[in-house]
Amino acid sequence: MSTQKATLQRRPLVKKILEGADDNLLVIAGLGSSNWDITEAGDRPLNMPLWGSMGAPVGMGLGLALAQPKKRVLVITGDGDMLMSLGSLATVAAQQPDNLAIVVLDNEKFGETGNQATHTSPLNNGPTDSGAGTDLAMIAKGCGIADTGTVRDASEVAALVKDVRTKKGPVFRLVKVMVEKLEFVMPPQDGAHLKDRFRQALLGHP
Amino acid sequence: MNASATPDWRDQIFEVLQDHDVKQVYHVPDAGHGKLIEACQRSNSMHTLALTTEEEGIPLAAGAWLGGQRSVLLMQSSGVGNTINLMGMPKTLRFPFLTLITMRGDWGEFNSWQYPMGQATPKVLEAMGVLLYSVETAAEVKATVDAAARSAFNGGQAVAVLLRQKLIGIKNFGKK
Repeated sequence: MSTQKATLQRRPLVKKILEGADDNLLVIAGLGSSNWDITEAGDRPLNMPLWGSMGAPVGMGLGLALAQPKKRVLVITGDGDMLMSLGSLATVAAQQPDNLAIVVLDNEKFGETGNQATHTSPLNNGPTDSGAGTDLAMIAKGCGIADTGTVRDASEVAALVKDVRTKKGPVFRLVKVMVEKLEFVMPPQDGAHLKDRFRQALLGHP
Repeated sequence: MNASATPDWRDQIFEVLQDHDVKQVYHVPDAGHGKLIEACQRSNSMHTLALTTEEEGIPLAAGAWLGGQRSVLLMQSSGVGNTINLMGMPKTLRFPFLTLITMRGDWGEFNSWQYPMGQATPKVLEAMGVLLYSVETAAEVKATVDAAARSAFNGGQAVAVLLRQKLIGIKNFGKK
């Protein structure tokens, strides 16, 4: 269970993860903060930022990773989103896609609805802010993803970036990040447009 | 009709899926789809994924399509309820989606727990904008699944085929 206060800031971290992203990197981001994070790092056709469909990013990443085994697929999402589809980690483990990495940015809050505690918040954290101390990296490991880890410190970020960009998958990394009030940086919202530009860039047709 | 000369409708569905170049097959364990699932698992051209809940099948299909592959979700009517929020994804992203549903709570069902979701299945799918096809006889399975696949992959629609309990059989349910 986490007792340390998080010190990592999500925006510069995601910027580092996506630095130098080329046509080999396919990125799916969960709704809310993760969407705004990848968009601030630089909107690009091979980003698929979700505006809804909570619980969908890991499944989308898996379907995409199986369809495009030569590309690197990176799923970036939050703790609230991940908690809604824990079973998808077992489905990933059953397939063992070597090109899939999952990064969960865990601020222990539901950011879009007003920073209520998620189950990853500590157990006895007051009447309105308690969770269960849920450890998503341990859940991923328990599901059968062998390569999991938790990142808390700036000194671990370089290794995190290398692992999620290049290490043999499936890779799961939980990153404890601060609760911050950040500007909304929004990509296009039209889902059909986001899908078509992604396919155009990847396949050469919508 | 001579039964031994009639191809098994589940084999015919497998052929239709192959003809339409379906590469990813999502399923939960299901007696009605059992033989088809096993054929897909044995196929060298398909990825067959067992899910923890039917809901996972929708984002998987979205991801497969983003990557240029066609897919199908095989489920039972009781699983349809698990998919409904994410069943909006094919409409929002406008991608082809095909699901084949074995019906329960439908034709002489013995288990009362299957009726609410079985009876609601066509209504909730329609409410989510999914195009419905329905099959009650073995002779119509192949043409119906083929038409559904065409509506999905050529017409860009979200399509469900309801394989009615009258087709699947009541007494044999639970056996291959």
